[in-house]
Amino acid sequence: MRRILSVLLENEAGALSRVVGLFAQRNYNIETLTVAPTEDQSLSRLTLTTHGNDREIEQITKQLNKLIEVVKLVDLTDGSHVERELMLVKIRATSSQRAEIKRTADIFRGQIVDVTGSTYTIQLTGTKDKLDAFIGALGDAVIMEVVRSGSSGLSRGEKVLAI
Amino acid sequence: MERLSGADAIIRSLQEEGVDVIFGYPGGAVLHIYDALFQQNQVRHILTRHEQAATHMADGYARSTGRPGVVLVTSGPGATNAVTGIATAYMDSIPLVVLSGQVQSHLIGTDSFQETDMVGISRPIVKHSFLLKSAEEIAPAIKKAFVIATSGRPGPVVIDIPKDITNPTDLIDFEYPDTIEIRSYNPASKGHSGQIRKAVSMIMEAERPVIYSGGGVIQGEGCELLTHLTRTLGYPITNTLMGLGAYPGTDPQFLGMLGMHGTYEANMAMHHSDLILAIGARFDDRVTNTVPLFCPTAKIVHVDVDPASISKNVTVDVPIVGEVTQVLEEMNQLVDAQIGERTEGQKNVLADWWTQIEGWRGQDCLKVIREDDDKQIKPQEAVQAAYELSGGDAYVTSDVGQHQMFAALYHPFDQPRKWINSGGLGTMGFGLPAAMGVQLAFPDEQVICITGEGSIQMNIQELSTCSQYGLPIKIINVNNQALGMVKQWQDMQYEGRHAHSYMQSLPDFVGLVEAYGHVGFRIETVDDLEPMMKKAFSLKDRLVFVDVLVDPEEHVYPMFVAPNGSMRDMWLRRGVRT
Ligand SMILES: Cc1ncc(C[n+]2csc(CCOP(=O)(O)OP(=O)(O)O)c2C)c(N)n1
Ligand SMILES: [Mg+2]
Repeated sequence: MRRILSVLLENEAGALSRVVGLFAQRNYNIETLTVAPTEDQSLSRLTLTTHGNDREIEQITKQLNKLIEVVKLVDLTDGSHVERELMLVKIRATSSQRAEIKRTADIFRGQIVDVTGSTYTIQLTGTKDKLDAFIGALGDAVIMEVVRSGSSGLSRGEKVLAI
Repeated sequence: MERLSGADAIIRSLQEEGVDVIFGYPGGAVLHIYDALFQQNQVRHILTRHEQAATHMADGYARSTGRPGVVLVTSGPGATNAVTGIATAYMDSIPLVVLSGQVQSHLIGTDSFQETDMVGISRPIVKHSFLLKSAEEIAPAIKKAFVIATSGRPGPVVIDIPKDITNPTDLIDFEYPDTIEIRSYNPASKGHSGQIRKAVSMIMEAERPVIYSGGGVIQGEGCELLTHLTRTLGYPITNTLMGLGAYPGTDPQFLGMLGMHGTYEANMAMHHSDLILAIGARFDDRVTNTVPLFCPTAKIVHVDVDPASISKNVTVDVPIVGEVTQVLEEMNQLVDAQIGERTEGQKNVLADWWTQIEGWRGQDCLKVIREDDDKQIKPQEAVQAAYELSGGDAYVTSDVGQHQMFAALYHPFDQPRKWINSGGLGTMGFGLPAAMGVQLAFPDEQVICITGEGSIQMNIQELSTCSQYGLPIKIINVNNQALGMVKQWQDMQYEGRHAHSYMQSLPDFVGLVEAYGHVGFRIETVDDLEPMMKKAFSLKDRLVFVDVLVDPEEHVYPMFVAPNGSMRDMWLRRGVRT
């Protein structure tokens, strides 16, 4: 089962490498990983998606918690949450296809953020599934490049991950 | 406020921590620190002959005293040489603080001379590590390192120190903190009282209980409480390889070690039990044999300070995360209060369980079999002789192999911290330096190293350190002229094809140790064993190396049948299985 873990980490050199190293060392898989400092400069917020059964996820969260620099951790999948990922797609867009691609982007509420005579670069945000669906919907348009940020997320409502 | 250089700040911090001895080896990146060390005499420095040995010495010191061991090595090769010792300590949860020199800050990342990414290399084998950026960070980092290494589930901490921040001419304000807050680290956990009550009621109602305890009880100083609990309950107890000595090894309630080379009675009792009380043990694969077949009828209570140990390998019924002393104290209170209410029926059920266990014990699985006219010494007899002639309460370190298992099985330990071996990593070369760390901590105690002719050669250079510091260790070299444990597996699984498990050019050990300034004996026949061993132990202030030539064909039994065996599936003798 896919899980989204959200981690508050000390914003220190080497802290991220411990998280990534732990996954490699213990043979856990990382699907996506995003990380950036928070409004409190001493902390980074990290969102990680991974796959595993309940037992594996329990071990992953326990092992993460053992890392000295992990301040707090929550499995967002345990409750209702908001999840977003950003994607930029560069597509070959020549005269005959331009209108069709633009229409598809509109349907997915994508924005065209760069235009040339032969390309469109489309920015899209949403859940992983939505971004996957957009790629599928592009049909036979030629995708030149895709870059995805990996998922970020937080719990809905009053629940927060903070110190 | 005091003004100190970074190098002096390091030494002062160690003094403030009450460190009396450190183990190390100098080199370019740590010369400022060595100079600071030279100009004081509170912290003693032991110069080893190899950085691996320095870490094992600090480890032996830590295991025997319960205080953290401290190591100082230079950058690059000094640091990488320390890695095996750090990994050894990590696997057995031993508190170490390892100070490694690093090239100057501005050279980091340039592949400069003797540069290595020590924080990176050691990352998977440390509890935590620091790469210092300024001299101001020294005191807080050392304070944190000691707190982290010794609290919760202990472990090694590395502090990597660039040379420039130890410069003797750059002074900083120095103040050593009394306490330090690490907001992301709160190891002190209290076992949940509700869970403890639930566990105790299961324990009281069990019909075929076994107590299974590991190294965590020794590390957590819970041995007396465990002994009290076990005696009050009258239940059988078994210890892991790391947990030997937590409960008196000569006591009738003790079933011996469990696991791959555990006793028949311990493994049978585990397999047939209806309740296992696991304390400070981690259901290692060397204990469980095939996990899905592990103890099919048992409910499991698991007490451990590390939440990640719980339900990692085996799913347990009642997890209790907490310090072993607190949990055992609460358990003892409840059991002390309830034990009087035991019915005759319950007492009879327990007596029946003991009858079954005594039946297994009657197998006498550790019996040493020899032909009457055979003069060759059995390796087990070498261990037994060391036990009997040393008085039986010595500190015993071991290396890794058959001799290690023979030591664990044939030398009972009545006290904690007296049996010192590399259980988790299984590091050959551990025994001698570990014994040296123990002897330095306890100059007046008897220290024995039970080793093999393979393992001893992995750190034999330390015989030189022993002469320098006058360490009167007794080394019992159980010499089977083979990498015996490897050979045993080849006998059992590879139809006796002994691929590289021979040592065809063994040194003359007696000549070798004499060259280092020590005393050496070689014992070849069983008639010489007792008198010569006695003589060795009579030389109180000398290191004596006893090279005991033993039967090279001997195997360690019992041994789990694998793969697909449960705990009750054992080889009892050559070709004889349960
Ligand atoms: C550093 C290291 N290398 C290899 C091994 C694998 N190994 C385990 S036991 C053993 C043989 C040890 O031989 P010896 O010290 O003579 O002990 P014996 O088994 O003969 O008693 C070996 C090679 C190990 N445990 N450690
Ligand atoms: Mg050998």
